[in-house]
Amino acid sequence: MQFMLLFSRQGKLRLQKWYVPLSDKEKKKITRELVQTVLARKPKMCSFLEWRDLKIVYKRYASLYFCCAIEDQDNELITLEIIHRYVELLDKYFGSVCELDIIFNFEKAYFILDEFLLGGEVQETSKKNVLKAIEQADLLQEVKKVIFKNKSFVT
Amino acid sequence: MLQLSTRPGRLYLPSLTEAPRQGRSLLSHSLPSPAASPLFHPRAPHNHTCWQKRGLQPPVAPQHPERTQKRHGGLGLPAVLASRPLHGLEHTSPYFCKSKEAEIKRINKELANIRSKFKGDKALDGYSKKKYVCKLLFIFLLGHDIDFGHMEAVNLLSSNKYTEKQIGYLFISVLVNSNSELIRLINNAIKNDLASRNPTFMCLALHCIANVGSREMGEAFAADIPRILVAGDSMDSVKQSAALCLLRLYKASPDLVPMGEWTARVVHLLNDQHMGVVTAAVSLITCLCKKNPDDFKTCISLAVSRLSRIVSSASTDLQDYTYYFVPAPWLSVKLLRLLQCYPPPEDAAVKGRLVECLETVLNKAQEPPKSKKVQHSNAKNAILFETISLIIHYDSEPNLLVRACNQLGQFLQHRETNLRYLALESMCTLASSEFSHEAVKTHIDTVINALKTERDVSVRQRAADLLYAMCDRSNAKQIVSEMLRYLETADYAIREEIVLKVAILAEKYAVDYSWYVDTILNLIRIAGDYVSEEVWYRVLQIVTNRDDVQGYAAKTVFEALQAPACHENMVKVGGYILGEFGNLIAGDPRSSPPVQFSLLHSKFHLCSVATRALLLSTYIKFINLFPETKATIQGVLRAGSQLRNADVELQQRAVEYLTLSSVASTDVLATVLEEMPPFPERESSILAKLKRKKGPGAGSALDDGRRDPSSNDINGGVEPTPSTVSTPSPSADLLGLRAAPPPAAPPASSGAGNLLVDVFSDGPAAQPSLGPTPEEAFLRFVCKNNGVLFENQLLQIGVKSEFRQNLGRMYLFYGNKTSVQFQNFSPTVVHPGDLQTHILPTKRVAAQVDGGAQVQQVLNIECLRDFLTPPLLSVRFRYGGAPQSLTLKLPVTINKFFQPTEMAAQDFFQRWKQLSLPQQEAQKIFKANHPMDAEVTKAKLLGFGSALLDNVDPNPENFVGAGIIQTKALQVGCLLRLEPNAQAQMYRLTLRTSKEPVSRHLCELLAQQF
Repeated sequence: MQFMLLFSRQGKLRLQKWYVPLSDKEKKKITRELVQTVLARKPKMCSFLEWRDLKIVYKRYASLYFCCAIEDQDNELITLEIIHRYVELLDKYFGSVCELDIIFNFEKAYFILDEFLLGGEVQETSKKNVLKAIEQADLLQEVKKVIFKNKSFVT
Repeated sequence: MLQLSTRPGRLYLPSLTEAPRQGRSLLSHSLPSPAASPLFHPRAPHNHTCWQKRGLQPPVAPQHPERTQKRHGGLGLPAVLASRPLHGLEHTSPYFCKSKEAEIKRINKELANIRSKFKGDKALDGYSKKKYVCKLLFIFLLGHDIDFGHMEAVNLLSSNKYTEKQIGYLFISVLVNSNSELIRLINNAIKNDLASRNPTFMCLALHCIANVGSREMGEAFAADIPRILVAGDSMDSVKQSAALCLLRLYKASPDLVPMGEWTARVVHLLNDQHMGVVTAAVSLITCLCKKNPDDFKTCISLAVSRLSRIVSSASTDLQDYTYYFVPAPWLSVKLLRLLQCYPPPEDAAVKGRLVECLETVLNKAQEPPKSKKVQHSNAKNAILFETISLIIHYDSEPNLLVRACNQLGQFLQHRETNLRYLALESMCTLASSEFSHEAVKTHIDTVINALKTERDVSVRQRAADLLYAMCDRSNAKQIVSEMLRYLETADYAIREEIVLKVAILAEKYAVDYSWYVDTILNLIRIAGDYVSEEVWYRVLQIVTNRDDVQGYAAKTVFEALQAPACHENMVKVGGYILGEFGNLIAGDPRSSPPVQFSLLHSKFHLCSVATRALLLSTYIKFINLFPETKATIQGVLRAGSQLRNADVELQQRAVEYLTLSSVASTDVLATVLEEMPPFPERESSILAKLKRKKGPGAGSALDDGRRDPSSNDINGGVEPTPSTVSTPSPSADLLGLRAAPPPAAPPASSGAGNLLVDVFSDGPAAQPSLGPTPEEAFLRFVCKNNGVLFENQLLQIGVKSEFRQNLGRMYLFYGNKTSVQFQNFSPTVVHPGDLQTHILPTKRVAAQVDGGAQVQQVLNIECLRDFLTPPLLSVRFRYGGAPQSLTLKLPVTINKFFQPTEMAAQDFFQRWKQLSLPQQEAQKIFKANHPMDAEVTKAKLLGFGSALLDNVDPNPENFVGAGIIQTKALQVGCLLRLEPNAQAQMYRLTLRTSKEPVSRHLCELLAQQF
């Protein structure tokens, strides 16, 4: 996979992940072009399209579009399920995930994505294992928070 | 806080109305609510409890500003900070700003604030640093540029608090730039974390390397990561991250990743118990093995056994790796992908197991689905499509190929658009396999229907692609007519591609060329704007080269031009063709010369400059073809609108043509304005264009193609000389009046003796050839297929060829003998007038040949009819700035298509008698040029291609042979007899064939061998 973009129906970019080195200018150009192209498509159309020399796989969940760019030999259907599994992970973590979760907890969305996909390839497909990793991190945070609170309590 | 509630107006602004929608659960109805599964949420008190209800209640509901604040710690606040009330964070809510300007204003204010915090005297504690870095990230993700804060983020990396470290890494991953001082600091922090032996920290560090993937990081860590990957004590999660991290570094800079003894251990990760480790490792191996297939060869059997275990497992066996009842779909797809890097397994047992797997997958496709969820069918079909890809890749199991084709055929009518799309796409590759081409063709009606009825343009495009791929001589007419019909309503975005495809199919599968001409003229009529220069140049080339279609073409364009509104491209084609071949229809009073002229001239004033320039050339050609139009045309040329035209090109043409027509004698006119010689045959520029279109950034590539002069130049790629460089438009050169003459093929009558090493006058003399003259070299190839065809001080051309029946394949090797790069290197195959072989260069040759390097060109040859003159190879390139060019005969002679035939003496004599007409026999008596050695003679005759028949001729000294020449159109039986006379040092050679010219030609060819 070359990159993944999450954007809203209004065309606002919510999350971007690039697995190939590109300049900021190129990233912006690609984003603009793709958001336009995908938003212009009608609901019943197929989820794949050729774009430049890449294949775009996208799916809409409520107000958010999840859009992946894959290379010629990559499998479209399994990419569609990568998207779905990512949404499931977000959903399980946040509980009925919605666009605002991703806006305001963007760092969690990135951390979950990093556990699931790394370097553009699927790293771990088990929902349990991915969430376990994030949970462990959260536990560390909790521990830290407790210490922190104690401190402030003491002072 | 107070501030916020005093100006609530800002918060209600239009974008707020979107909040309820944005707050809708992404997976509504599909998953249990979080309340039902609190398992994963005990540790996240921050805002989960309150966000849950957001589905109904906008988080920033205007009537409860205070409550909102309490819950979220301020709007737009990244949640990581939400656990503690913070001051001034309301400024980070530009998301809800009214206008772009207001948002920018607010952001700038916030940025100024953060900047002052970072620059302030008071040292920030880790928490505040994290807070501000996180804010910066948030602002960046809203689409604003961030140019500071990197240092603070780097500081966070060395924090021992996990969340601070994590935010630091996230900032680096998202916002890294190659600031060299920072990179060193970042690398240092990463190094520490990698060495920490804390798996969570190690993973963070590995993720960061994988996310950034820069060369600097590669240099710092490429050597360490393989160690971590194969270390016995690495945690599974670390191994996974290390594998994909290494993959990313390898993709970025392969030279930095050292291969070593770890490679063997990586392959064995395929056997790992942890499925996640296997999933990550397969991706890495798939990438590495492409470069070093042999190092990773052992992965084949491991991958097959892993795949077989997955495919045969029950849907519950793999627990959390089962996805909607499909066992490990991601891993299966990756394993099938890996196997596509290799040919079919050599080991019969492994192969058997694999074929079993593939069959199981195909069988499962027929089983009823275990779930109605689309995820189930997607995962299942993802494996199925990957399996079919593997079957197509192997292209060796006819049975599986046909089954795959049938399966795809079912999908062609599936109600899921996605599946129809993929089936069309996949069938395209299946169409090119000889085993399944016919099976694919049976779906033609469905595909045509898809082209007509699919509502999604991307699916229609796939259908058009598939029609193009399944087209052959048997269905070309149907497919071309369907595509033409589709073109009338096709989306503008794909019209040009369809035009190119129709043009190519029409040319490639034309049985009669009048159909081809009709098709192209139809193209211009239906989609004139999308018919590129390449397409209409091509029809002119073909009409010029084939005299059997010229009259028809002239008649058809004449009729087409009579339409009240015809496309300018039609005027161009019409103008050119009538200028060349208008005389062929001039006998008919309805298309007499004056009628032709006035028809063309009626379009003149509406046309662009380029077309008018072309028409002026047509007019001067008319003066030559039809002297009776001279006065009228001179009148037109003399008109002030021409002679004083503001356009310098038109003016110059008018002046020159007028003078030419008044001063030159009829003979001179006839010579200057002679019919164009045949164009050299070369790879269809349309095909090249289609390939370019398919390439990256199709749009820009197209424009480049138009600018590239060599791709437009149909005159045979003549180097532009200073005198022609100023040509204002490519079409102005069409008639070749101004440019250097094209490298005309030699007239057939000049015979086999003249070989051209033709040198353009503007270049230095070509280097004389070394060794045998090209003519001698060519003759040597009559009886052999491999060797050196040409050699001089610059260039060596080697040939390897093989022929079977009426087909042949020839590899040409061009070696640069110098140490200087050859530029604009372009070898093209040229046909003399009576072309009866078809040569399709299958691959374009690189335009540059480095010093000492060799490039290869492959030609596929099909012999359509018997032919006499060999095709010509013309090679052009620039050596040290000077254009070089040479033309050689390609060693393709009619005898290459000989099939030796064994027969008994009786049969031989019977056939010999049957071919007794005087014109069927050719005989030559000639002096031996080489020592007369029976063994050598035998070898030559066998090399010539005929069978040698023993015990036929009563004189054992004589040689008798028989064979059949295979061409597409017909077979020519040949009998030959060679009688050496050692005393006189003479031979007598007699050939009898069923075709007179073949007898003479073979006799000529063979006689020169002894």
